[in-house]
This record gives sequence, structure tokens and C-alpha cells, in this order.
Amino acid sequence: MAYVSNSASVSSVMLKVLFALLPATAIYQLYFGPAILVSIVLASVTAIGAEAAMLRLRKLPIKPFLLDGSALVTAWLLALSMPPLAPWWLIVIATLFAIVVAKHLYGGLGNNLFNPAMVGYAVMLISFPAHMTQWPVVDTLAHAHLSLSGTLRFIFGGELPAGMKLDALTLATPLDTLRTQLLLGRPASEITPMPVFGYVGGKGAELIALAYLAGGVYLLQQRIITWHIPVAFLATLALLAFGFHAYDAARYAAPWFHLATGGALLGAFFIATDPVTGATTPKGKLIFGAAIGALIYLIRTWGGYPDGVAFAVLILNMCVPLIDAYTQPRVFGHVKDQDKP
Amino acid sequence: MLTALLAMAGLTLFLGLVLGFAAIKFKVEESPLVQKIDAILPQTQCGQCGFPGCKPYATAIAAGEADINQCPPGGEEGIQRLSELLGVEPKPLNAEHGVTKPKSVAVIDENICIGCTLCIQACPVDAILGAAKHMHTVIEAECTGCELCIPPCPVDCISMKPLQEDITTWKWKYPMYAIKHF
Amino acid sequence: MRKLFDFHGGVHPAQHKAESATLPIATAPLPTRLIVPMHQHIGNRAKPIVSVGERVLKGQMIGQADGYISCAVHAPTSGTVSAIEMATVPHPSGLPDLCIRIEPDGEEQWVERTPLDYTTMNPSELRNRLRDLGLAGMGGAVFPSHAKLNPGRRANVPTLILNGAECEPWITCDDLLMRERADQIVAGGKIMQHMLGASEVLIGIEDNKPEAIQAMRAACAGTDFEVIVAPTKYPSGGAKQLTKILTGKEPPAGGRSTEIGVQVFNVATVYTLARAVLHGEPVISRVITVTGNVERPHNFEALIGTPVRELVALAGTPRADTQGYIMGGPMMGFNLPSDQAPLIKATNCLIATSPKLFPAPPPALPCIRCTLCAQACPVDLQPQELYWFSRAKEFGKAQEYDLFDCIECGCCDYVCPSNIPLVQYYRFAKSEIWAREREKDKADVARDRHEFRDYRIEREKKERADKLAAKTQGPKTPAPGQPAADSKQAAIQAAIDRAKLKRAGVEPKNVADLPPEKLQEIREIEARRAQLKQAMEKPSDTL
Ligand code: SF4
Ligand code: SF4
Ligand code: SF4
Ligand code: SF4
Repeated sequence: MAYVSNSASVSSVMLKVLFALLPATAIYQLYFGPAILVSIVLASVTAIGAEAAMLRLRKLPIKPFLLDGSALVTAWLLALSMPPLAPWWLIVIATLFAIVVAKHLYGGLGNNLFNPAMVGYAVMLISFPAHMTQWPVVDTLAHAHLSLSGTLRFIFGGELPAGMKLDALTLATPLDTLRTQLLLGRPASEITPMPVFGYVGGKGAELIALAYLAGGVYLLQQRIITWHIPVAFLATLALLAFGFHAYDAARYAAPWFHLATGGALLGAFFIATDPVTGATTPKGKLIFGAAIGALIYLIRTWGGYPDGVAFAVLILNMCVPLIDAYTQPRVFGHVKDQDKP
Repeated sequence: MLTALLAMAGLTLFLGLVLGFAAIKFKVEESPLVQKIDAILPQTQCGQCGFPGCKPYATAIAAGEADINQCPPGGEEGIQRLSELLGVEPKPLNAEHGVTKPKSVAVIDENICIGCTLCIQACPVDAILGAAKHMHTVIEAECTGCELCIPPCPVDCISMKPLQEDITTWKWKYPMYAIKHF
Repeated sequence: MRKLFDFHGGVHPAQHKAESATLPIATAPLPTRLIVPMHQHIGNRAKPIVSVGERVLKGQMIGQADGYISCAVHAPTSGTVSAIEMATVPHPSGLPDLCIRIEPDGEEQWVERTPLDYTTMNPSELRNRLRDLGLAGMGGAVFPSHAKLNPGRRANVPTLILNGAECEPWITCDDLLMRERADQIVAGGKIMQHMLGASEVLIGIEDNKPEAIQAMRAACAGTDFEVIVAPTKYPSGGAKQLTKILTGKEPPAGGRSTEIGVQVFNVATVYTLARAVLHGEPVISRVITVTGNVERPHNFEALIGTPVRELVALAGTPRADTQGYIMGGPMMGFNLPSDQAPLIKATNCLIATSPKLFPAPPPALPCIRCTLCAQACPVDLQPQELYWFSRAKEFGKAQEYDLFDCIECGCCDYVCPSNIPLVQYYRFAKSEIWAREREKDKADVARDRHEFRDYRIEREKKERADKLAAKTQGPKTPAPGQPAADSKQAAIQAAIDRAKLKRAGVEPKNVADLPPEKLQEIREIEARRAQLKQAMEKPSDTL
């Protein structure tokens, strides 16, 4: 038994994850207005309250578990995945669902089978599909601007300043636009010059994606995550997109578009890498990441939803025990796989 | 519609046959069950379960004639393992059959022993040595601690000595200072 | 430049070597008393061969090796045996074990020492001599060295590795030994090379010991020994890890490294072997690091059996905030149960602990499956799974996930952000599994014996029936007495009657195949009993 330890703790791990999310959050705020900050605060407060209440109900020591910071990470990731202009109760219910059901009813920290943030997101997407599409329009395209007080009033009261219409504030996301336009039969080459698109992904959103990438690199450098899941995830997504794009560029978007839009980078570096619900062996992590990347491409291209990070992650969460069991690494001094299933 | 129904019925029938066949096939493997149960029983051979030894008790359990909670030396852990093997709910030890005691061995006070050989006849594992009218002694390594030799001794010179833990048999304890529960 | 290999995982804990590595090795003065445990090595406990009150000489054998995997124990100085008793030994259990206590007479009078002519000696004879000189691994594992020096069925072991990696933090005894006594280590290496028939001798040293590397290089000049500098990474001093680093080969799990033609010895073992073979000195002292919360961290050459309390006092008056002493390093060592425990062959280091140097870990949190432990495990295990199964007492599963390949190096403990005492769970699981194995073996023996007894009774019944049948052919005899009544006397009577009936000059069967010692013992006790019986006879008759 070691009498010494490197000073890592669960809370330091979680703090680093939050730190890695900062740049993306800042850019989000810059391009899409203050609504995202409101949802992060809402989600965090709800998460901490729910966590404390659940710890109390389960008669667990509150302090060490609250300080571990895992509830905050869940809240923050959830807020970043949800449309920020949705009414306040949407994010609150999503957070409650994530913490109470997905986390604590499954046994709490370390024991949950499904990624809590993605459970919260998916439940909301199924239950309140209309609200889940209230994505803010990027500032440079907006016909109207909502101040912080206006945002608060809209989120909590649903009222907009006189003369302002919701349509002026929200817009379908690039993935949504691509999807509907393709369904209308327009070739991709005509769709991507539309104003919502930027250089490679969505206008503004592609910068956020870049910030997620930067955060992910920081986490890698800090050894909070390993390269396996993000690399397998993004490589599979890009490869599939590349193949289909090469086959028919009119019907299938380019690989860089797939990487830069939607939840791809957030998912690859922050969500699929959730340690509790992800695969643990090196080989398992590769399989896990690749399968998520592939599923996302399938859902985006042929499925019923514009993006598929949440569903892909949840489906793969279910497979983790199986993946882990079959990918145990060769133990030192063992002849290759001699005694493995 | 009709074809669908027929197909379903056919499938049910087929599955039923497979299951029935499997049931018959597994029935053949019943005799090893006694051995599997016997492998879990501690082999103290003390008879506290109400049977003249572990094997007869195992046979009775396999035949459904005895409950799984009658062996005090096996304790809760033995019951747990039996319940797992047999796929039944574990239950607390039946107190009628005695309580689980720490593992012990019998010691004969060699100064008092009169060499009557009664203990030899009682010992289920022939762990007592001695000739008639000669001092008797217990082979400690072979004694199961069944206590069967104690009542027959006419001069009450046999006592049970709990087995002491030493450096070679010592066990690391379950770590206790982790936060409970998880 | 030799190509070095890397092993998976490993960690870089703070070194803390400078504290004790600056001063030369000092010779510890003769302690007031010596407590020499009989079980200092892996294998069977040595058997005491002296008696209380006997005068012993320095280096005289006081405990004899018991079997092949065992080692002799010697008197560390001349003096009188004052007790052979169960006393506290350095073991995590805190349980006592058999020790011989010696009161030194201060004369340091040696037994006769005869160097061994290893080049001409019969190898098996040489190995027996090494066992009788008490040679065991001094790196901490204390496996009897003579058994490792047996090339076995192989004609030879081509690669001999001398392990000077010393990767645990705080410990510097091997470092100092290599700096100061490199010549003796090389001489010992030559003997081992001869015994194993090794064609190459590699000396692995971590790059944080430049002076030791230099000294060893100088000592190796003119030999075919090769000093190889390995990057500092814990646990590169693990025999299997060092083998991998230097040769790229992995010793088979659960097997011996000789199977891949490699044998590894700690440099301190090599040194004691040189002393033993070239000078005829048995293992009665060792170099030990005393460090941590002490005034003058230092390396001492101290006698085996020196009480820890006296040893640490040599490094300055104990400080008030000292909580206890870790034997070994902070990664794999354990807390000594008491400072009365003696120094043994395995004690390479004593670290005085204080809350400041070794703060208690914060309360453990659940495992978050971050796999930092798996990334750190030098054996490529999945510690988080082992933890899960050990905690749930699913020992079968834990074994399936190769629990027994765990070397308890503590790397997983070191990195775990949830501060779970992982190795404790593994040790718990391992010792539970061993205990169950022992119980199972015992139960199997009991089952066999019970079945044999049933068979024996059956057979005797049949024999008696046959005899009875034979008798009834002749004149009719009445059936033997009534069933015994409840009273004890009746029981005795019945027993005696039955004994009379049975007595046909035949002794009970279960003494027939006893060894002569046992029979002798029974005879002796019987003599004692005979006296007692006279006293007993009367009262029992009047019962
Ligand atoms: S009670 Fe005694 S005889 Fe019966 S199964 Fe248990 S150990 Fe065997
Ligand atoms: S029953 Fe008692 S007196 Fe008789 S042989 Fe056994 S120990 Fe001795
Ligand atoms: S380092 Fe600790 S928390 Fe992380 S997986 Fe291993 S045991 Fe679990
Ligand atoms: S203690 Fe065991 S499981 Fe942990 S890192 Fe070392 S070898 Fe691996």
C-alpha cells in the first residue's frame, strides 16, 4: 500500500475539465449572446441542489461528494448541449433528470451506466422536441439583439421586447438546415453557401468547435483523458464522411463540415470521454470511440434527428461492459491472449 | 393472418420441444449435484446437521429432503454458496442445529487419559491415535474440530482449543476506512 | 550502446534520496540485545539448534534450514542465548513468531570461517553451503538464494542481471553499497556467473545514481560485465520489470525467469554472497537506510536482530511527532507493528513517519473508472476491475482478471484520484483466496479420511461377522454383554470388554504406520501415564 500519492483528486480532475470548457464558453457567449451563461448558472445551481438532496436522501456524507465537482461538470456539459434560449424549466428538468435519475438512482458517482448529461439531453429531445430547436442565431446574422435583461425575461417569462419576434432570434442549426434542404432535393453545393454556414461548419459555431479542440488538447496534455476515444471517434466520423462525400458530393457533406458542426468536438473530447460511462481498456476505448463516430454519421445522414451525439453515446454506454470484457489487455508475462475469453 | 398465427404456433411448439429436450438432458447431470454440494460443505463430519456426515446431508439437500441452512460449521458463507449453487434464496442458519464457532481442534490431556479408545471410535476422520489402555493423542492437522470425541470420554480429558492465527495463516483485513456504502 | 526497452505504466514519485545518500555507510555499534527471528526468508521456518543458556559465537548457526526452500540463521555476535520465544517480528500482522534472543558478551568472537573454493566444489554441495550460510534475497523478497542459483534442467542461464536499480523513494542502501563496495559486488557477480554458467552479466542502475554508476563501471573494468543505465521510473527495480528493460523479454507469468534464460539478483545479495563464499561469513548484518523524520538520515551496516528502536536512535533522538516506522519504501513497505521488532534480512529501509511527511490520505471516493491506475500499472492489469471484484468479494472473477499477477507495487494507489487504498483490497483478496485454498485442502483430506473410515468400519464389521460365522460352527457361545448403560463406568466396562474380545495380539491399525519418533513419543508418554494410572486406578474403581 502506497504511503504516498500524487496529489490528484477527483475534484482536481473535474476542475480541469471545467477549465478546459472555459474558452468554448467564452466564444459561445461572444457569438450567441448571454443566454448560454444563464443556462450554465441555472443548470449548475439545479445540479448542486439536486446532488445535495440526493446525497442526503441516500445518507451519504455530503461534503466530500459535493466537492468532487462531478455534478458541476454534468451541469456545464448539459448546458452547452442544450439550446440556451429555451424556457428555464427545460434546462432545470434536464438537469434534475441527469442528476437524480441517471446518476443517483443508478448508484451515484462512479456507478452510473449512462452519461448523465446525455440522458438529460435525450429525454428532453424526445419529450419537448419543439423547445429543443430554439437555437440562437449567431450575432452577426441576427436582425435583433437581446440584452442580458431581455434574455432573462425571455427565458424566465417567455416575453420578448415589444416588436421582436422569436424568429428573429433563433435559426435552424447548420446540421438542421443541411438536412431539411437535402430532403428538399437541393445539392449540398447550393446549401453550404447559405448564411448560417461559415468557412467549414456553422458560422460562429466553428470557432466554438475550435475552442473545444483546444480544451481537449489541454485535457490530453494533463492526462485527464487519453487520446484513444477522441481520435477513434473523430477519425471514424471523418472517414465515413470522406467516403460518402467522395462518392457523391452533392448528397453528402464534406468531412470537415461533419467535424466542425454540431456536437462532434464537444462529444469527442468531453462527453464520450466521461470515464465513468466509457470503455476502460485501450482497445476498448478505440472501439467505443469509433462506434460512436460511426453512429453519429449514420444518425446525421439517415436518421430522424439532425445530430446524434447523445443517442450514439447512450447506445455505446450500454455496450461498455461487453467491450471491456473482450478487450482486456495482455498482462505482463502472459502469452498473447492465452487465457482470455 | 392465418399464416402468421400458424408460424407463431409452430415456433412455440419448436421452442417448447427444445426446452423439453434440454430439461431431460440436464436431468442426467443430477448425481454430480451431490458432489457439488458436498464440495461446499466443510467436511467437519460433525453431524450437527442431523445427518451422519457431510455426504449424507449433501445427498439429502440434493433430494430436496433437507434445507440448506443446517450446517453450523459452514456458517453463513456456506449457506450463501449453497444458495448460489442451487439458485435459491439464502436464509439464516437454523439455530436448532447449533451456532457457528471459531475453528478449533481437540486436545487430549495426556496425563488424565486412561486409554479407553472410546474417542477413537467416535472420531469421524481417524485423527486420534493410541492403543487400548495406552495414552491417546490427537493429530492436530487432521482434526476437523467436530467435538464428537468429547461426550464419550469417561474422564472428560478432551477439550477444544481454538486455532490460533499465526504469521503463515494471517489474513489481510478488508480495508475499513474507505467511505462506507459504495 | 545497448538498446533499452520500456515497460508499460510506472510512476515518478518524489525521490527523497538525497537526504540519506550524502553520508558514507556507518557501522552500527553492538546493540544491548539481539532478537533473531527464525523465519526471515520465504519458505519454511528455520529450526532452532541451540538451547537457552548456551554460549554462541559470532556467525554460529543457531537455526537450521528446514527443507530445500529455507535458510539457516546465525548468531550475529558472540554471547549467550537468553530465550527462545515468540516475540514481535517485523510483519504487518503484528503477530509474534519464534525468535532466539542473544545477550551479547561484547567480545565479537567469530566461529571458524572457511572460504569456499567455488570453482572446484560440486555445484549442489556449494548450494547447500550457501543455504547453511543463510543467503537470501536482500532486496526485500528474501527468497533463498541457493534455489535461484540452480540452473535446473537448463544447462545454464545465459543472462545474469545484477539489480542496482533501487527505484523506491527514500531508500539508498544499494546506492551506497555500490559506491563503497563495488569490488565485492563484482566479485560476487563472478561467482554467480560461474554457478549459473551465464554468458553475459548486466548490471542495471537507474540514472539517478551517477556515483554508483561510476563506481561500478570502474570496478567492472577488465571484466565482461556491462553496467547499463536505465531511466529513473518506479518500479524499474522490480525483477521482472528490470528484465524487460534490459533484455526486452518478459518472464512468464507465474513462472520463473530462468525459463527465458535470465536470473536477477539484488546487488546487496550479490555482496553478501561474496562475503559468504570468499570469506566464509554467513549473513549476520546488512546495510540499511534509516531516514524520514530523523535528525541525521543515514545508512548503517547493522547486525540482524538489532531492535528497530536502537537502530533509529543512531540517527538522532526520535522526534516528538514521529508516528511510526515504515519498513521498506513508501510504495511497497508496511508500518512496523512496534519499534521493538528487530532488523531482519529483508529490512532495507526504515522510514520514520510524521503527519507532515506522510499525511493521511483524504477519505476515499468511489472509483470513477478514470483508468489512471490502468495507465500506471506496470503489469498491464486493470486495477479498477480488480478493485471492483475484490471489494465485492468476487474472488473468482478477480483471479480471472489476473489478480495474482499484481506485484503490489502501489502505482495504482499512487495515481488514484479517488484515493482508494487499492493494494489493500488486492492483499485482502489474495489472502482470502489462499485461506480458502487451505480450507479446501483440509476439507478434502477430511473427506478422504472420513470415507476411508467408513470403508474400514464396513470391512471390520464384515470380518467380525465372518469370525462369528466361523465360531458358530463350533460350540455355541453366548452373545457378548448387554448394551452399555448410560453411566461412565458402564461405558468403560463395555470398552474394556470389547477390547478384550478384540484382543488377538493385534494393535489398533492407526498406529501401525507411524514413524519411529512418534512411536517413541507415545511410549514415553505411556510411561508417564503408567505412573499416573496407579494413582487413578483406585478412584476409578470406586466410581
Ligand atoms: S453439520 Fe457437520 S456433518 Fe453436517 S454438513 Fe456441516 S460439517 Fe458436515
Ligand atoms: S476417550 Fe478419553 S480416556 Fe478414552 S482414550 Fe479417548 S481421551 Fe483417553
Ligand atoms: S485510478 Fe482510482 S478512480 Fe481511477 S479507475 Fe483506478 S481505481 Fe478507479
Ligand atoms: S499494485 Fe498491482 S494492480 Fe496496482 S499498479 Fe501495481 S501491479 Fe498493477
